Amino acid sequence: MSSGVIDYTKEFSVIEGKPSLRSIDDLISKPLDTKPDKKYYIALSITLTMLMIGAVGLLASFYYGTGLWGNNNPVGWGLPIVNFVFWVGIGHAGTLISAILFLLRQKWRNGIARFAEGMTIFAVMTAGIFPAIHTGRPWLDGYLFPYPNQHALWVNFNSPLLWDVFAVSTYFTVSFIFWYVGLIPDFAILRDRTKNKLKKIIYSVTSLGWRGSNRHWQHYEMVYLVLAGFATPLVLSVHTIVSFDFAVAVLPGWHTTIFPPYFVAGAVFSGFAMVQNVLIFIRRIFNYEHIITLDTLEKMNKIILLTGMIVGYAYAMEFFMAWYSGVQAETFAFINRAFGPYAWAYWIMFSCNVLFPQFFWIKKLRRSIPFMFIIAVLVNVGMWFERFVITVTSLSRDYLPSSWAYFTPTITDFSLLIGSFGFFFTFLLLFTKTLPVVSIAEVKAVVDGAQPTHKDH
Amino acid sequence: MNEKILYGYTGLFDTPDEIIEAAEKVSAEGFEKYDVHTPYPVHGMDSAMKLKPSKLPYIALVIGLSAMVTMFIFMYWMTSIDYPVIVGGKPFFSFPAWVPVLFEITVLSASIGTVVAMIAVFFKFPNLSHPLHDTDFMKSVSSDKYGISIEAVDSRFNEDYVRSFLSSIGAKEISPVYWDDEEVTFKNTVLKPKFLTFLIVVGLAVSGTTYFTLNKLMFMVPFNWMREQEKYIPQEISTFFEDGFSMRTPVKGSVALGNIPYRFSGDPEGAGEALVNPLAVTKENLELGKEKFDIYCSPCHGYFGEGDSRLKGQFPNPPSFHSEKVRNWSDGRIYAVLMDGQNVMPSYSSQLDRAERWAVILYMRALQRSLNAKESDLK
Repeated sequence: MSSGVIDYTKEFSVIEGKPSLRSIDDLISKPLDTKPDKKYYIALSITLTMLMIGAVGLLASFYYGTGLWGNNNPVGWGLPIVNFVFWVGIGHAGTLISAILFLLRQKWRNGIARFAEGMTIFAVMTAGIFPAIHTGRPWLDGYLFPYPNQHALWVNFNSPLLWDVFAVSTYFTVSFIFWYVGLIPDFAILRDRTKNKLKKIIYSVTSLGWRGSNRHWQHYEMVYLVLAGFATPLVLSVHTIVSFDFAVAVLPGWHTTIFPPYFVAGAVFSGFAMVQNVLIFIRRIFNYEHIITLDTLEKMNKIILLTGMIVGYAYAMEFFMAWYSGVQAETFAFINRAFGPYAWAYWIMFSCNVLFPQFFWIKKLRRSIPFMFIIAVLVNVGMWFERFVITVTSLSRDYLPSSWAYFTPTITDFSLLIGSFGFFFTFLLLFTKTLPVVSIAEVKAVVDGAQPTHKDH
Repeated sequence: MNEKILYGYTGLFDTPDEIIEAAEKVSAEGFEKYDVHTPYPVHGMDSAMKLKPSKLPYIALVIGLSAMVTMFIFMYWMTSIDYPVIVGGKPFFSFPAWVPVLFEITVLSASIGTVVAMIAVFFKFPNLSHPLHDTDFMKSVSSDKYGISIEAVDSRFNEDYVRSFLSSIGAKEISPVYWDDEEVTFKNTVLKPKFLTFLIVVGLAVSGTTYFTLNKLMFMVPFNWMREQEKYIPQEISTFFEDGFSMRTPVKGSVALGNIPYRFSGDPEGAGEALVNPLAVTKENLELGKEKFDIYCSPCHGYFGEGDSRLKGQFPNPPSFHSEKVRNWSDGRIYAVLMDGQNVMPSYSSQLDRAERWAVILYMRALQRSLNAKESDLK
């Protein structure tokens, strides 16, 4: 490729160096067969400390009540909802990689799909905590589901908040099934490799007795396709419904039809940034550089650039519509966003999401690992602030000036935010040592020479 | 059992091209009970083995559509029949708002259903007692080799013939696979006492923990979290106020918002002279009066005020409204009866608000007029 002339008649190899199939087994199952080293324990102790900070904040919130949070009268949603939308968004990259890129036959996804799906599951778990605790009495959350309860009352199917319950729980379940179906052949490989008796039992049970039979592969591939077909509209629907939580309300700054596509693009944007951040460490620590190649990272950066520009377009369009609609409240809401008391948050969001990703136009920067890491971190900072700006600025200054109030998060709010990162990364660390973080079967299928040449056909 | 039962013969190949070619030959030779084992799906193998396309998409379609229809009926029943609640002025049957939930339920059911059907029906999994498990053949094909297995139950199976056939198509490490004794003599262990005891113990532990958590733990300090708050609830003892009551009496002379104090308690004649019905004789007022009369007055006084109680003697019958005495009472005098009660009739001041009391009196007047009409009414 460095010569400048690319031969498009041949398919590009997504796995570098044509490794033997057995060496792929050895490499990917190595973290599972070896004892964790010191660095792993240091990383785990950091994430567990963050988790404990969150646990203390959570217990305090339960014991003393949600008055410990910064939520006040106009800003009833505050940080819990900001964090919820942020984490659900992080999850979206996983399904995009595993389902949409699968349908689009993007073979480079095979190396990163498993890990991204795992991140989806953990991110949705993290996200689920926040609306549950934001209700104030999480032990009553069972009433969110339509079951014949003692009040003889059913849930309100007209409410976007209820749609959210269905969307997020469906999303979690389907992602988990997708993930497990992908893991079955890998469990069979691990079962046949391991010498440890206990592991053998565990892998035998989880592999369900997979034999690599082509009569099974045939149905398996069909189901994988069907699941990808389901997961694709599902992932689009989830953040659409999350955006309905805002868009269905009549608050200026929320009540716009651009919200669903804008939220979905934003979710993919932040999710890809998070996946890219973590993969940079994974490929380095476990020596997966030839499986998760620099080309793959570059392709992810291109998607970050694309979705970042969609988000930037949405920011611009919101301002245009505020002016073009001629609605006074709407115009005020957006001027207030950019130049009001939360202008600092708005400009952090704008520069991190729209300006900094523009560096990815330059190929050299797009392929520089330290640089792309910093940009992706900034993207996630920006996307967190986007949710903050949307939630807080609109609520703090609504139609009635007499009810305006400034929202200041408290230390408990921040402890929950830190705790959510601890929760997510603790699961991620445990995942890297208990399950194959790269799909062994899928990677084998895209190694050069793994598919028949069909020379006689 | 000393004699082992033959499962079949297996052979290994090194490259995907070889296995495709071999599968075509095995299929052309007329074998039916054979299988190809590969570490990953090899393109073109389905046509080489002449397999029919998978029927799983149809299962997904059927499960998804039936879940959608069921959920639709369920939502209609919940919101329009079982417990209709008006939300934001929307109709009970507000289909557009149901689309998101219908979509999610369709996807959820179809995904779970298809995967369960694949695993349980198409693969007959979990199956950990297959003879191929734990063989060198299995270990090779799950890693980097491609294998073919021909089962002994195939109609064309013959040990020598299959062995020579496999070597003729280029297979390596041709070896027989036998059933393990455990696999042949396997019996269902679900009904063994040991397993049943285990199930019972698990069931008791789960239900006990759930009961304890929901009914005991939640009420223990400090798990009663938000139940204990720094505020007084009605009837609670106060340590702050001297009289020990947490509920305070209103300051003398205070009047509830919108309430006009009744000055004639214990003085019905005074009320009769001073009070005048403020309501006009309109259709709305009479209808309000009829509604309240039928609810609160008619059980004892009868629907037409004739004193014909519907209580079947369980409570003394009151006198008729149509007597000379009651007809000649002023509206204010009847109002006094509603406020204070009379004889065994209690006060209805808490059941009826001011306008309702006067409306009831208007309706009573109409009833009286119906039995004792003046001549002028006939015109």
